Amino acid sequence: MMSEKKLNFLILIFLFLVPLFSMLLNDIYITTLFSKIVILAIAGIGLNLILGYGGMVSFGHAVFFGLGGYVTGILAFHFNNYEPIQILVFEFEGTNQLLFIWIFTLIFSSILALFIGYFSLRTTGVYFIMITLAFAQMLYYFSISWPTYGGEDGLSLSLRNQIPFLNTMDPTTFFYICYVWLIITIILVKFILNSPLGISLKASKENEDRVRSVGINPKKVKLISFIISGAITGLAGSLYADLNRFVSPTILSWQMSGEIMILVILGGMFRLYGPILGAFFYIILEQFLGGITENWQFWLGFIILLEVLYAKAGIMSFLIKDKYDEKTSS
Amino acid sequence: MEFQLLIEQLLNGLQFGTMLFLMSAGLTLVFGVMGLINLAHGSFYMIGAFGAALLAEITGSFFIGLISSFIVAMFAGVITEILVIRKLYKKDHLDQVLATFALILIFSEGIRWIFGAYPLYLNIPSELNASVSLPLEIIYSKYRLLIIAIGILIAFFLYILTSKTLLGIRIKAGQNDREMISVLGVNIKTLYTIVFALGAALAGLSGALIGAIQSVEVGMGEPVLILAFVVIIIGGIGSIKGAFVGALLVGVTDTLGRFLLPELFKLFFDNADANLIGSSIASMSIYILMAIVLIFKPSGLFGERSA
Repeated sequence: MMSEKKLNFLILIFLFLVPLFSMLLNDIYITTLFSKIVILAIAGIGLNLILGYGGMVSFGHAVFFGLGGYVTGILAFHFNNYEPIQILVFEFEGTNQLLFIWIFTLIFSSILALFIGYFSLRTTGVYFIMITLAFAQMLYYFSISWPTYGGEDGLSLSLRNQIPFLNTMDPTTFFYICYVWLIITIILVKFILNSPLGISLKASKENEDRVRSVGINPKKVKLISFIISGAITGLAGSLYADLNRFVSPTILSWQMSGEIMILVILGGMFRLYGPILGAFFYIILEQFLGGITENWQFWLGFIILLEVLYAKAGIMSFLIKDKYDEKTSS
Repeated sequence: MEFQLLIEQLLNGLQFGTMLFLMSAGLTLVFGVMGLINLAHGSFYMIGAFGAALLAEITGSFFIGLISSFIVAMFAGVITEILVIRKLYKKDHLDQVLATFALILIFSEGIRWIFGAYPLYLNIPSELNASVSLPLEIIYSKYRLLIIAIGILIAFFLYILTSKTLLGIRIKAGQNDREMISVLGVNIKTLYTIVFALGAALAGLSGALIGAIQSVEVGMGEPVLILAFVVIIIGGIGSIKGAFVGALLVGVTDTLGRFLLPELFKLFFDNADANLIGSSIASMSIYILMAIVLIFKPSGLFGERSA
């Protein structure tokens, strides 16, 4: 048992050190695995902002993850082809510069999140779950039926996109790029949660009427949070595309949305570092079960089921001694 | 010729719609009565199809296969309800989504474990595997007409069941005030099990009916499940009438969209582009339909209350 702060610190140190060791041992596999963990953790933190803190159950966050992936893939695709991207009368050049790609990803996923959020937030409860799912399905089917960028087969990137002075093809370098993004995400979300926006978001989850009565528009608070959440998840998708050097409609599928959601719950909602721990256990579990049995999904299902039925608070609350728990139990 | 083709597509849409209705009926009842989001509903569709394929293989009779799809899925429904679903009624939607998502993994992998990764085939008996001539020189598949007939028959049966029988009245009462009806001496636990099993059985039957046209394979239920959710959201959660209207609307929109949209875009673009844009938009058409319905009627066409 330890304090949450200590555990958070340990998680970050652990994630920082393991790829360093695996580099020394020349074990690329572990490094790639940890890159995946960190990327999914970023996506999870993005989702958790609205799921855990805002009470908005988005069952379509793969749409942002996938959009980020496709923005990355498409820009690189056009860069490699020397064909400009044509949108109506405008023409854009493709690029393989990650700094630009990230900016484009953030812009596009914010715009998409504004659009989806604007319509979805008119509904609540199960209708919200389903309409976010519907928007994700739209893009999923669109990506399958639009053949320019590979359709169902997906789009391969011949090389990872680049950053000046760094070799992104080196797994360890790429891991630390993802790691830096994880830290940025944590700092950003922590800042938001302590800002007036975050506080009114948490308040809107509890009671919208009261928030309104102090002169804050809860819809607007939720929409802004939804946009930030979408942008973070989009960025994770962009990193994911570069990690695999491949994007396909699979990352837009509703199973992907479910996966992001599961790792948030697995680690523990309402906690900033929960999704990181969730992503870690999810990927490790997948690897471990995949190693011992072909039907690992069967057992994964069992574990998730038990988790939901009997251990709602997530892994984090097993590991830490929470002052809130003490207060409520005494 | 164009006209016959259009009618044929319309019938295809109806057939698709009635199948969706069989899926959605259970989903909407379970949702309306127990307040449960059941993602694993598609698994009963799959279980029904596998049950039918297995028993049709053993007995050599397609109809025994069909009947057993209903029974097998019903039993699977009863067992699932008692072991897992029962614990979820009082949990929030998020937990329900996750737990039933886990059930999908368990069912899909379980079936893959037992039957292997290859699809099974369920053959339509030769007397149904033919075409019939309808008025106006329309020729249409006998089997698909049978599906439409079964769907409409079951819709009628469910309408009678929910509006004219004691069970239906209890279901409706449970929807409105579950505490009150348990105080009045109705065993609410059994009622919930019956409703859930009925929904699972209908899903199983539709899985077997469609499995005979397509193939019987792991993961066949999930695409249909998502469509069924679209249907009940459009129709309004908890309403059988809404599920029926929503299912036909989705079935016809999807089928006709795929047929008509490329033609429509041919008026504006050249052929290749029109096909491309038309089919891309058609693949999204029902989700667009759902988004439009929700934007104007946030609780669906026949929704009585917001969930």
